[in-house]
Amino acid sequence: MNGLLWVLPGLPAVSGALLLIAHLVPSRRHDGGAEPYGEPARGRSGWASGKGGAHGEPAAGRRPGGLLRGAREGLAGPVAVLVAVVTLLVAVLVAVDRPRADTVLFDGLRSGLAVDGLSAVMVVTVAAVALAVLAFAAGEARDARFFGLMLLFTAAMLVTVTAADLALLLMAWEVMGAMSYALIGYRWHDAEHARSADLAFVTTRAGDLGLYLAAGCALAGTGSLSLAALPAAGSPWAHLIAAGIVVAALGKSAQLPFSFWLSRAMAGPSAVSALLHSATMVAAGAYLLLRVEPLLAATGWAATLVAWAGALTALLLGAVALAQRDLKQLLAASTCAQVGFMVLAAGVAAVAGGVAHLVAHAAVKSLLFLCAGVWLTTLGTEDLVRLRGAARRHPVTGVTFGIGAAALAGLPPLSLWVTKDAVLASVHPPALRVVAFAATLLAAAYATKALIVVWRPGAPAPPQPGKRPGEGPLGWAPLAALALAAAGFGVVGVPVVFDGWAGLLGVPAERGPGAAELAVSGGLAVVVAGLVLAVRRRGVRPLGVDLWWGPARWFGLERVARTAVARPVMALAGALARFDDRVIDGAVHGAARAVTRAAGIARTPVETGIDGVVRAVAAGAGRLGTLARRPQTGQAHLYLAQAAIGLALLAVVIALVR
Amino acid sequence: MLTIVIFLPLAAATLLALRGLGGRRAIWVWIAATAVDLILVAAMWLGYRGGIGHETRLRWIPSAGAGYHVGVDGMSLPLIAMTALLFLLCAVYSLRGTERPRSYAALFLFLQTVSIGVFAALDLLLFFVFFDLSIVGMYFVIVGWGHGDRARSALTFFLYTFLGSLVLLLGFIGLFLGAEPHTFDLTDLAANPPFSGSPGSAAPVLIAIFVGFAVKTPVVPLHTWLPPAHTDAPAAGSAVLAGVLLKMGTYGLARIALPTLPVAWQRYAWVIIAIGVVSLLYGALVALAQENLKRLIAYTSVNHMGYIVLALGAAGLVAGDVRARELAVTGAVTQMVGHGLVTGALFLLTGVFWDRARAYELNRFGGIAANAPILTALTAVAAFASLGLPGFSGFIAEFQILAGVIGAGAVVAGALAVLGILITAALFLRVLRKVFLGGPGELTGRVTEVRPAELAAVAPLLALSLIIGIAPRWLLDLIDPVAAALVALVSR
Repeated sequence: MNGLLWVLPGLPAVSGALLLIAHLVPSRRHDGGAEPYGEPARGRSGWASGKGGAHGEPAAGRRPGGLLRGAREGLAGPVAVLVAVVTLLVAVLVAVDRPRADTVLFDGLRSGLAVDGLSAVMVVTVAAVALAVLAFAAGEARDARFFGLMLLFTAAMLVTVTAADLALLLMAWEVMGAMSYALIGYRWHDAEHARSADLAFVTTRAGDLGLYLAAGCALAGTGSLSLAALPAAGSPWAHLIAAGIVVAALGKSAQLPFSFWLSRAMAGPSAVSALLHSATMVAAGAYLLLRVEPLLAATGWAATLVAWAGALTALLLGAVALAQRDLKQLLAASTCAQVGFMVLAAGVAAVAGGVAHLVAHAAVKSLLFLCAGVWLTTLGTEDLVRLRGAARRHPVTGVTFGIGAAALAGLPPLSLWVTKDAVLASVHPPALRVVAFAATLLAAAYATKALIVVWRPGAPAPPQPGKRPGEGPLGWAPLAALALAAAGFGVVGVPVVFDGWAGLLGVPAERGPGAAELAVSGGLAVVVAGLVLAVRRRGVRPLGVDLWWGPARWFGLERVARTAVARPVMALAGALARFDDRVIDGAVHGAARAVTRAAGIARTPVETGIDGVVRAVAAGAGRLGTLARRPQTGQAHLYLAQAAIGLALLAVVIALVR
Repeated sequence: MLTIVIFLPLAAATLLALRGLGGRRAIWVWIAATAVDLILVAAMWLGYRGGIGHETRLRWIPSAGAGYHVGVDGMSLPLIAMTALLFLLCAVYSLRGTERPRSYAALFLFLQTVSIGVFAALDLLLFFVFFDLSIVGMYFVIVGWGHGDRARSALTFFLYTFLGSLVLLLGFIGLFLGAEPHTFDLTDLAANPPFSGSPGSAAPVLIAIFVGFAVKTPVVPLHTWLPPAHTDAPAAGSAVLAGVLLKMGTYGLARIALPTLPVAWQRYAWVIIAIGVVSLLYGALVALAQENLKRLIAYTSVNHMGYIVLALGAAGLVAGDVRARELAVTGAVTQMVGHGLVTGALFLLTGVFWDRARAYELNRFGGIAANAPILTALTAVAAFASLGLPGFSGFIAEFQILAGVIGAGAVVAGALAVLGILITAALFLRVLRKVFLGGPGELTGRVTEVRPAELAAVAPLLALSLIIGIAPRWLLDLIDPVAAALVALVSR
């Protein structure tokens, strides 16, 4: 059975890798991200406006040799669905059996996968949502690259939620980030999409650095990397570990101040968002915080920090969601806000409530994104104004979207109404409670806003010809299943069930949502929804302030990150590069030139000087020689005269000396 | 056996010189020789049983206390295997065609002999001979087959690294004089460290040896020979320079400086850690600002080698946890192997750009993913491997280094070093976006898909990096004992 635990992520990982290779192998010339359905590239109003996006891409060509390739690409969807089905079966098996698989990755440090109550719930949720999304995407007939990346993405999440130590967790965590990069940049022809992918990866990796730090500190503090051993770490280390984990989790979960990357992540296809915003990626941060809740509680400050970060994100990003005019952006901001409740749960030790909220939200949000994707493809727009009446045109998507949006609004008796209150029941500090409660009201408002727009009578944008996703069993079955979960998961709130839920997760029993609280929050959600309906009827647009730092622009977080971090780093890099070229390399070449010049000096004054002296001596000697030769005439009378002069001089000298 | 592994390539080179072979056939002789050498290395790996294996010790210059002493252990064996593989793949890569193939092949075979010789030598003089000859060989590769301002780059490379090796020689002589009895034998020096009576005189010797190896590694600020040498070298030359020659610097630190000067190493551990951190951050930042693909990759080498220096510095923190320090040293050796594979692959891939478009400027390309999906996939995989994505060798190395450094007590140094992996991520994503994604650029049309020889050369490197990244035990089991031994040696 332990081997089966490796199969759980191994199967989707290997099949995903094979699909990616199959995507590359058959043809030399391919057309990358061209999609049969050409979901138009769009994004936050502002940066994507005026861009042709996917419409400008070459159509899926049937070039020579494309036939075989076409067959393989066509098989990718069914293969992926099959893999997802088997993965779900394996997930259920391991959830029941709770196996543990140990290995050694680094010397003397045990690594491994383990399934406890929390992991059991997570693997089933991840596998189920992945199956729903992949089945829906198979109906859209996307290419092998898409399915390969999605399977790898799912595999990484499955390892993340079963990893028993920081090393494996970090590995899966970062691979998931890389896959999200590839999926967000899926339509890479548009440089702006590639930029969004860059931003998402770099931002989440900035958070990931915390996990590296935490791993080192865990090694120092506990002598192991085991997650279970973390609360036992000594004083300085426990704080450092907690700090690292919190930063990593906030980054991955797009909580404040990292939320902006999720806005840009909308560049990916809707099916990607359906997975990325629900059971994977953003859920990973919340999962990790819920997992290490004992450590957070042990440090004291970390629990408080996390609770406030979650609550403030729920509130502020709720305001952002309400201010959006684009459906996917609204949903993205609402993801941050809803994940905020899970993060809050980790901070107030409401693990059972937090996980329940995570599961329910996964169903709701994947459903909403899949429906949004249908409209985006068929109507070619994301703009809330132009989506008027979209739901009436597509009854299946319309009804399921309606259920999802109503659940998101916290309307009774749907799932999020209950799970959110399960979290709030454990929130005791009054200020925190007020913020969290205000955030639930905002949730009611933004979800109702989306719901009203799509159901409001009106003429929606003309449908794009020949595009029919969301039809056939692959279209409606996943939506129906997700809608069922979104509607019915609220049973978890029934007191007996809730205790059983906590027992399943293996956490201490929590208070659970009380009847009075449920009545109040449900009633208020209905009131807020009614107010929004009334305001909308009158045609008044709430929150029309459109400043760069306002909620409509996600509080300018991306701009702040760019100005405060990215630009200074780039400037520093440029300055260092110039310093490297001019100063360091300049010094080296300067030294080389100095040596050359010294050599020159050695040649011109010194060497030639010495040489000159030598030459002068030589020349002098030569000249003396010439002079010395002069007397040597070979004539006897001259020699006699010279001898006579010499003798006379000698005589004079002797005479003088005497 | 080890001696055959070392000198087989040289014998093949002389064979090439003697007989008038055709160009294509010369390349095949080259491939055959390197393939046989790799098989021999694999056999050596299988036959290795711990300690110093495949040892040969002969008299060479007894009057100077130097001998022909070679052997392998868990640190040199992976590096020799990586070297043999990289040279084989460079030979395969050259099947796509090169000028004067006969002398090219002979030169690379010569380089292979001296490279394996450096990693196998257990005698300082022997080590030095191989070390210096590698500079000579690489000089001729750059000046003979390079492009751009190759004469100047090659001369800078030669003079700079040659000067470094002279400083190194001074250090070696210092070790020789400090040892009682005087010897150049590395195992004797490690067993009985010099200057045990007078730690004061160990410092200048350590400085000389450190500077000598720092030039080769290279460590900031002694790195400026590297970018021009890489930029103007042929692709296979760059791959060997980055993959093999740079390792000689860090290998020398771990093999020679750490065990023979333990007291001095401990005393200056913080200085070495600081140099490592500065080097890796500086290398990453300067790489981020580059506009030339090859220069950029060259600077990432400065970054990656900085991690190794950092880890080796942390090994000297005797107050720190022993297991954490061993983890750091294991990570350092893994990084040497992994960097050789991944950066080798990256430089071979840049050769595709020069071959097709005669340019390396990032902003003259764009949208290559449409022309050349396999080239794009290979580069993307190599880039993610280089930025330390889990699942590749770089993560296995860097995680161990960072966790080990922090675990050994250097929390601030570790926290700063972690920033390096974020900058590396940003710079490689920038490359991918500018060159491969988005709309087509000026030269994009010229970049065609990888040829079979190029694919056959690059894919095994990345596959091996992937295998190390997913299932590293077969490699780490070899490295762990030697890492423990090194930490024990430096803790004396």
